[in-house]
Amino acid sequence: MAAPALQENPTEARIASHAMPAKGWSLNAREGALARLRAMGLPQRRDEYWKFTRPDTLTQVVAPTAAVFHNDEAPLFDGIERLKVVFVDGVFDAEASDDLTLEGISIERLATAESDLHWARDLYGTLEARGQHPVERPLAALNTAFATDGVLINVTDKPSKPISLIYRHESETSDAILHHCIKLEAGAELTLLENGPAAARFNKSMEVEVADGATFHHVRAQGRDHERRAATHIFARLGKGSQFKSFTLTVNGQLTRNECVIELTGDDASAHVAGACVGDGAFHHDDTVFVTHDAVNCESRQVFKKVLRNGATGVFQGKILVKEGAQKTDGYQISQSLLLDGDSQFLAKPELEIYADDVACSHGSTSGAIDEDALFYLRARGVPKGDATDMLTLSFLAEAVEEIDSEELRDEVNGRMSSWLKRRRD
Amino acid sequence: MALDTQTLKGTENVKEGVDQETVDAVREVGGKYKYGWSTDIEMEYAPKGLTPDIVRLISEKNEEPQWMTDWRLEAYERWLTKEEPKWAMVNYPEIDFQNQYYYARPKSMAQKPKSLDEVDPKLLATYEKLGIPLKEQLILAGVEGAEEVPAEGRKVAVDAVFDSVSVGTTFQEELKKAGVIFCSISEAIKEHPELVKKYLGSVVPVSDNFYATLNSAVFSDGSFVYVPPGVRCPMELSTYFRINAENTGQFERTLIIADKGSYVSYLEGCTAPQRDESQLHAAVVEIIVEEDAEVKYSTVQNWYPGDEEGKGGIYNFVTKRADCRGDRAKVMWTQVETGSAVTWKYPSCILRGDDSQGEFYSIAIANNMQQADTGTKMIHLGKRTKSRIVSKGISAGKAQNTYRGLVSMHPKAKESRNYTQCDSLLIGDKCGAHTVPYIEVKNNSSRVEHEATTSKVDDDQMFYCRSRGMDEEEAVALVVNGFCKDVLQALPMEFAMEAQALVAISLEGSVG
Repeated sequence: MAAPALQENPTEARIASHAMPAKGWSLNAREGALARLRAMGLPQRRDEYWKFTRPDTLTQVVAPTAAVFHNDEAPLFDGIERLKVVFVDGVFDAEASDDLTLEGISIERLATAESDLHWARDLYGTLEARGQHPVERPLAALNTAFATDGVLINVTDKPSKPISLIYRHESETSDAILHHCIKLEAGAELTLLENGPAAARFNKSMEVEVADGATFHHVRAQGRDHERRAATHIFARLGKGSQFKSFTLTVNGQLTRNECVIELTGDDASAHVAGACVGDGAFHHDDTVFVTHDAVNCESRQVFKKVLRNGATGVFQGKILVKEGAQKTDGYQISQSLLLDGDSQFLAKPELEIYADDVACSHGSTSGAIDEDALFYLRARGVPKGDATDMLTLSFLAEAVEEIDSEELRDEVNGRMSSWLKRRRD
Repeated sequence: MALDTQTLKGTENVKEGVDQETVDAVREVGGKYKYGWSTDIEMEYAPKGLTPDIVRLISEKNEEPQWMTDWRLEAYERWLTKEEPKWAMVNYPEIDFQNQYYYARPKSMAQKPKSLDEVDPKLLATYEKLGIPLKEQLILAGVEGAEEVPAEGRKVAVDAVFDSVSVGTTFQEELKKAGVIFCSISEAIKEHPELVKKYLGSVVPVSDNFYATLNSAVFSDGSFVYVPPGVRCPMELSTYFRINAENTGQFERTLIIADKGSYVSYLEGCTAPQRDESQLHAAVVEIIVEEDAEVKYSTVQNWYPGDEEGKGGIYNFVTKRADCRGDRAKVMWTQVETGSAVTWKYPSCILRGDDSQGEFYSIAIANNMQQADTGTKMIHLGKRTKSRIVSKGISAGKAQNTYRGLVSMHPKAKESRNYTQCDSLLIGDKCGAHTVPYIEVKNNSSRVEHEATTSKVDDDQMFYCRSRGMDEEEAVALVVNGFCKDVLQALPMEFAMEAQALVAISLEGSVG
């Protein structure tokens, strides 16, 4: 299906605007990804999984500019003991980053890890390639082919503190592509934090291999810059008895598309993906989740909550696929939106595809305005309207936030959401 | 009435001396498809394939006016430009649209009989055997105690469609007295062109989708209902579709108009003989519901599903849509889908009038190699519109069963409400159950709720039944009937009985 490299072919035009490294252990994987991208073509509006979100600003050659948003608030996770790795507009900042050595873990950069025997060779692009079926994810293939940097984390034990990836946005025209590989050896544990707006346009991919009995916790906040755009992918493969937990907080941003592709390949594994988003005005947020059960007695949960106002749009496309033989599966999926005014919209496609009979899978999706009775109840007890609305909004989001295990991190996220709501009182 | 055993031949060779009825009875006990026999009757076919000439021929056979012929030809031209939809979760070999007959009618129907008394007895016997006697008697067969019901209460008027033609319509006179028009669509085109012109294609436009466009070009017969303002239709109306001829597609077209403040309940049933070759069925049903009117549309779809290996069976590609044009209009779709090798069907409601209501109740059962992709669309346009979807999908054997639906709340559909519940039940570890709902909410005063579950037959419930002496199949049938209760209750009584029995039959052989 590869089309001739004509200027009018948007995929070829985009490919021509990037450069691949000339050599290195990742080259094979990058070339494979490029071939995949050529075969698929960049996403278009008529593609089934781009029905609700316009991909053009994510695919066009030149990224739309995005003003840098200044605020006095201390960045998220500032009070938390962690190992910091900082990228500014997608470029590693050694000055701002901590020393990358820590017991039980090795951290390297994609751009500088040169050894030809690198462990990440087996992971880089592998889970992304697996995640292209049955739904194509061309932006992830683009990422694998042309990522300029990222971190390669190999966790062998239980490091003493979380690894924190900080993405700063300083240039109005930045267009960053980062790719992270994270491998948790059997029984290892890692908490990964991510925060910050990253760039005017950000394409980020993360491949996570969770070996038998390992535990991966992920908490991220996608920075507050109003005009930023982002397309992110998480590809995870879970071994026997392993655990995967990911939570994402999104406030602001013109366009955010977060895809999460999880494969449960070992028995008794558990995967939880959650997201809370609060959007105002020109805000389009899309969560596209695909969980595949390919082992016995696994559990998965998808919890997505969206608060929308002033014409903001929330999208949820979620799927639980239970393969033949994946018996005793417990799959749960909920997507809910709270529309604070008449202009906002919620578009959802929660899917189940099930080929095993001894399973319990359910999904729910709701959309509606704030509960007037509850509001009345609070106001009758002397709570001012603004406080009451915020209180109800936070309680609506709570189910998603509760997916964060650490109380400290949960408080950080809750604090951030309530201050956002407070700033936006009528 | 004794059956003429010579004319109603089963599909298998019957040994001499064995009574056909005995064979049928045995087959029935075996729990296989009950309606798999065919009627040996002289047929008249249009040449195979689809060309403008065939379209003209169908139009001519139906003695249609020029405007209708032109309408069909335009649809044919549009069809040539359309592509077959591939998004449904169904797989079937490429259909050769030129290797089909698009028109088949019993020779005896060349001269349209003036009354039921003139209809070929073989045809009457066919319907008799299907349990649909074309006599103006009280009720469909199969309901116990029907004889004791007072005549006023339980009349059902039947329009019987055999391959491409309507054989006859009962109770037409009595309906006429109430002002209700109930006839075949071909008759309506001749007798009531102003109504047909006004409404045909107004809910499902000619170029709506590939199969609807095909239907618009070649539809041969179907039913037409018009209920005038303020009239409550005095009896249930029903159409029974029977495919009999080989390699012949059936393309029925139904148009129901419920004028202001009227009410009508319409039932539809269908069966086909057991054949190794798959057959095509592409129908279009349009319902117009004006202010304060109410339409209930119930279907028991029992086309031949193919054999255990997936050989044969009907490909059922159907477009059904109701348009609630007036305020407070109400429409209710109830379907029991047990037959067909492939089902592609999404009865929809356009809730245009303020305070209008749409309901969809569905049981879809897929066994052996059957594939069903079915659901509904609820398009909320008017204020305070309400919709409710209850879908129960049951998969057994190697079947695939998909619920696919859309709930759309437009910005102007303030204070609207939707509730959706889709439950799937899996019997066996080789089948699949899928749910693909689309939810689009564009205003905040509306509430939308969607729930779906997938599970297997509960072990505790099975144990309970088994310990009380039921065998496994009986127990499954009972549990499944309980699972479907919400939908079965929404069916008119005649259908509820049939549907309940069908649920049990369709699943036979799926256990163990």
